[in-house]
Amino acid sequence: MPEHVSSVKSYVGIFLALLVLTGITVWVAELDLGAANDVVALVIAVTKGTLVVLFFMHVKYSTRLTKLTVIGAFLWLILLIGITLSDYASRGASDRVRGAPPEQPMQPIAGEIGDPGVR
Amino acid sequence: MSSSASAAPASPSEIAASLAKAGVHDHHPALQHHFDTLAQQKESATLGMWMFLVTEVLFFGGLFATYVIYRLRFPGVFAEASHKLNVIAGGFNTAVLICSSLTMALAIRSAQVDRRKAIVFWLILTVFLGSTFLGVKAYEYHHKYVEHLWPFTGDFDRGEFTPGHGRAAQIFFSLYFVMTGIHALHMVIGIGLLIWLMFPSWRGRFDSTYHNPLEMTGLYWHFVDIVWIFLFPLLYLLGAHAR
Repeated sequence: MPEHVSSVKSYVGIFLALLVLTGITVWVAELDLGAANDVVALVIAVTKGTLVVLFFMHVKYSTRLTKLTVIGAFLWLILLIGITLSDYASRGASDRVRGAPPEQPMQPIAGEIGDPGVR
Repeated sequence: MSSSASAAPASPSEIAASLAKAGVHDHHPALQHHFDTLAQQKESATLGMWMFLVTEVLFFGGLFATYVIYRLRFPGVFAEASHKLNVIAGGFNTAVLICSSLTMALAIRSAQVDRRKAIVFWLILTVFLGSTFLGVKAYEYHHKYVEHLWPFTGDFDRGEFTPGHGRAAQIFFSLYFVMTGIHALHMVIGIGLLIWLMFPSWRGRFDSTYHNPLEMTGLYWHFVDIVWIFLFPLLYLLGAHAR
């Protein structure tokens, strides 16, 4: 059965790339880039995860059905997080559309966005 | 084919050859009857394992979604609370897990190139690295217990966080303990699987023609590594540039 056998060198190469990316993540976290900090951290994490999936988990050499299943997993995850966030982001929206007078806004819990005491 | 002499047990392909010669059950011994070929059997196993991993993505995904929501509501306090975590320990653990994925991949590769003893060697290394990870986590958990940042019995209003923000800090630490705790439980299960695999590996059950159990356990192990790859920056590195 012709199965793709990766070389030891390729595995070690991926391993070193993962270590370097981890180092970059820690280094970038020390800098203050505002909102970009999160973006960079996530982009690097997704890159690392992709390397593990493609090469350590052999998905690059797997059948199309397997690849589809893997893509499906992350599509469902994006749905879960995305739709949940859209719910939170649109809270109170129907009141605004109806032209109802704005409700007395809920007092923010200490530490929440809107709390004048937070930096 | 004589069944005497050789010190190493017969590999699956040797067994298949001798059975075929004897005219009995002329297929690879690991081939289950409801599959036509080993390739089809492997594809089926791979798909099945990935289906399970899909459920795991959503399982951890729910926890990550919770994290996202509370992080968006309490960005400042989350950064303060994150600052309490030991980045050195977390970073070291990240490196340890990445290394364990390498050793796991090499264990499977050993089977692919028919090196029986090497499989066990790399499995032992993987178990050792996984155990190291758990040891560091135990150390970290103990530290948090001593610092009174422990779920239920902790004290989050002692002044370590901006006054009044103890509740939000407690939420962060609840997420920290649940997410890393369930991740650690997955590690324990993984280590158990790897130890279990050492026995058939030693006895020569896996070779270039068949090594599905190794490969599927590998998929599980790499997945647990990927979960940590996301946990580390989201939990440990929020407060790195804060104050």
